[in-house]
Amino acid sequence: MKRLFKPGLLIPIAIIVALAIWPLFSGNSASAREAMFTLIMSMALASSLNIILGYTGYVSFGHIVFFGIGGYAGFWVITHLGWHILPAALLGGLVAAIIAWLLGLAVLRLRGAYFALATIGILEAMKALVINLDFLGGPVGLEMHFSEYKRYGGPMESLWMVYWSMAFLAILVIVVSYFIKTSKFGLGLMAIREDEDAAEVMGVITPRAKTWAYVLSAVFPGIIGVLFFFKNGNIEPGDAFRLHFSIEWIVMLMLGGAGTVLGPVLGGGIYQWLRKTLLTSPIFKDYQLVVAGVMLLIIVLFVPTGIIGWVRTRSAKLRRIFE
Amino acid sequence: MGDVLFTSAIDGLLIGVIYGLAAMGLTLIFGVMDVINLAHGPLIALGMFGVYLLFTLMGLNPFVAVIIVAAIGLLLGVLIYFIAVSRVIDAPPLSSLLSTFSVNMIIIGIGTAMLSTSSYNVDYSLGTLDLGFFRAPGSRIAASLVALLTTVLLYFFLYRTRPGKYIRAVANNRISAELMGIPSTRILALAFGIGVMLATVAGGLIATILPINILAGGSYELKSFVIVVLGGLGNPLGALLGGLILGLIEGLVPVFMKTTWVPVIEYVLFVLILLVRPQGILGAKE
Repeated sequence: MKRLFKPGLLIPIAIIVALAIWPLFSGNSASAREAMFTLIMSMALASSLNIILGYTGYVSFGHIVFFGIGGYAGFWVITHLGWHILPAALLGGLVAAIIAWLLGLAVLRLRGAYFALATIGILEAMKALVINLDFLGGPVGLEMHFSEYKRYGGPMESLWMVYWSMAFLAILVIVVSYFIKTSKFGLGLMAIREDEDAAEVMGVITPRAKTWAYVLSAVFPGIIGVLFFFKNGNIEPGDAFRLHFSIEWIVMLMLGGAGTVLGPVLGGGIYQWLRKTLLTSPIFKDYQLVVAGVMLLIIVLFVPTGIIGWVRTRSAKLRRIFE
Repeated sequence: MGDVLFTSAIDGLLIGVIYGLAAMGLTLIFGVMDVINLAHGPLIALGMFGVYLLFTLMGLNPFVAVIIVAAIGLLLGVLIYFIAVSRVIDAPPLSSLLSTFSVNMIIIGIGTAMLSTSSYNVDYSLGTLDLGFFRAPGSRIAASLVALLTTVLLYFFLYRTRPGKYIRAVANNRISAELMGIPSTRILALAFGIGVMLATVAGGLIATILPINILAGGSYELKSFVIVVLGGLGNPLGALLGGLILGLIEGLVPVFMKTTWVPVIEYVLFVLILLVRPQGILGAKE
């Protein structure tokens, strides 16, 4: 229990709670809710990716594949079998986890750039496959009938329900991420990141640890995918498997600090806030991708440890507060 | 049936040579400095638009324009090397993946803002070659021949000239090469420049035969990954072979099933090769 009351865990949770309840106090609650949904979702996704990329050091470039797989699985049971959204979301997570486990057994043997390339290949293979599967709607995807929202008390109510589920899930991701980082399992992962062969010699059962890290980092994107596409009302291969999105998660992670608990929360928040500001500014509207690219380049070249990593190396006092 | 197969196979091989050329740029960079250039696709697209703009604005013959595009590509590559790559060349793979991807974002960002994502066409034709049993557009044959010629020139450069031998030495062992007095930074920049040049030339050649848009490079980048892994990462000749194989797949598969299955086969093959024989058919660089 003692581990629960550490600032390393409480700060990121406090940030998410504060953001989550913001729409209740804001005048225009619907638009505030949409903005906060994107923000909190990004934080949760970046934190999930952090488990495999930040802690374990395996660059999963096409991580969005689990978001898409989970999204499709959940969406299909909602529209075809009439499932409730919440069990459907859990199913999405489960399917993503099983596929991650199976894929992990194979691709986690690859290291470095080879692994990164394989994850891109898996993503593209999955996208191309889904386009060919008629029961998933092929290139057009699946659509949800508007009446579907009735069982939750109307569209407004279902949007709020999805919103609170997302906030709860984000907190859960943070708790999991924190407990991994402070556990023996997490130490094993970080040992793999620093030197996989040495970790193995030291008694870390690396294939098992890596596979678990991969599965854990896939579960949450799977669940989030279902929530996201349920909120959207439709799912199509282009949205579900867009390589660009998963690279955005990496940018958020790098911005905040890979391998830290607070980093992805901070990075996800700053990135989305910046993106929104750029999109609405008349000068940068067309050039937001350029600005994001320049930002990424500067981080990679000059602050590769991200904001939190940089702060942690500078101040011993802050190191004890920020995990 | 035999006729269809033959024509499809030749069609596939003709475009395959160009795929191979693009992939050679990627594999050369990886072979020399262990960097996977994620800006490869946008650079291919820049090559396409280089030829398009020189052709439409200045009325240059597309195949002459390719030469100018090659020179610009070389300079651009050297520039990208010094800005984005040289600092992270010894860092873990994530750093160079991300730094080259940021170049990708910058090029695509500027490209879409200036050219939008709509489709353009280089309106140029060399007629049709008709041998009775075989027909193909002249520009497609010419583009493939230029790609083959470029490959031969690349090999001549790598094996018969001093800077080329330097590149191979640095690829083999950078530290020893430095001890032998080879200016490794300049050679790495040159290698990156040539890699980018090959990408832009391939893009320029594609522009002469297919419609182009600024995002089109992305799919050729993915094809290049598949090819490079097929042929062996870091092995230029393997890239050519991989390109021919991919071209054959693209030519022959649609004869038997829906075209949309082609990418599924390509990417599954890609992941399988990575898993079963990561060194590729001809072997990666040692």
